[in-house]
Amino acid sequence: MKNRIIYLLLVIFIFIFVIFYRGLNNPNSYTPNTEIKSIPEFASETLIKKKTLNSKDIFNKNKFYLLNIWASWCVPCRDEHPFLINLAKSEKIEIIGLNYKDNLNNAEKFINELGNPYSTILLDRDGTKAIEWGAYGVPETFLIYENKIIKKYIGPLNSKLVDEIENYIE
Amino acid sequence: MKFLNFFLVITILFNFNLLKADEIMLQNKIAKNLRCLICQGQSVYDSDSEFAISLKVVVKNKINEGFTEDQIYKFLTKKYGEWILYDPQFNKNTYFLWFMPLLTFLFGGVIILKKLINIKK
Repeated sequence: MKNRIIYLLLVIFIFIFVIFYRGLNNPNSYTPNTEIKSIPEFASETLIKKKTLNSKDIFNKNKFYLLNIWASWCVPCRDEHPFLINLAKSEKIEIIGLNYKDNLNNAEKFINELGNPYSTILLDRDGTKAIEWGAYGVPETFLIYENKIIKKYIGPLNSKLVDEIENYIE
Repeated sequence: MKFLNFFLVITILFNFNLLKADEIMLQNKIAKNLRCLICQGQSVYDSDSEFAISLKVVVKNKINEGFTEDQIYKFLTKKYGEWILYDPQFNKNTYFLWFMPLLTFLFGGVIILKKLINIKK
């Protein structure tokens, strides 16, 4: 009887140990597994030309699109901006900006100061459009082809990710 | 008289808020069941992060559009996965989660029963 109890305790201990040990390798932050495969439908105002655009009218050409969610108050957005400007030089890709919960004057200042890689800048004043995209912070970037989201990047782009995007569009 | 009229109008206007009381209760109920993905220990209801504020707006808009509670959960799990719900729905990924307490309870019951039978013998 005593042996059985010790045996049982040992089994329980090993079971718990294995579970916690495996848990050590899991990252703390959770990245949601979204089921969004195609671009969501929405209408939005634009920053510079001040008109309302529908999502269907934006991603309609037969080329790659990059939707970049940014804000002037977001520090990592400043870091990734040069990469976007470089990418915008390519003819094969068009970059659309989604300005997230920003002060319009600051947003314009940001663009004037650092350059404008975006062909269109959509406005998301209350953050609801970003939720349609399944985003939860800034910056986030979506690679889109033929109305399908191919790849989603959470956080700022870096040279490695830009290489990956360039591989896709080649 | 003028003052009385004015007073009446104000009272009526303020009481219209009560018509919305159910909606606000539903909004809060849903927000309490949503996990804020930025500050992961908090519900959307408790959090003041930009994401949580926007999500509260989305929930409000969806209620106004006539979505039911379940439809809103479905809409959001499609965008962010099951993890956004504090109270996960019953499906093949959560069978284990839902049945585990019941199984443990039954298992314990069997052990107690066995002991009782042994004592009687």
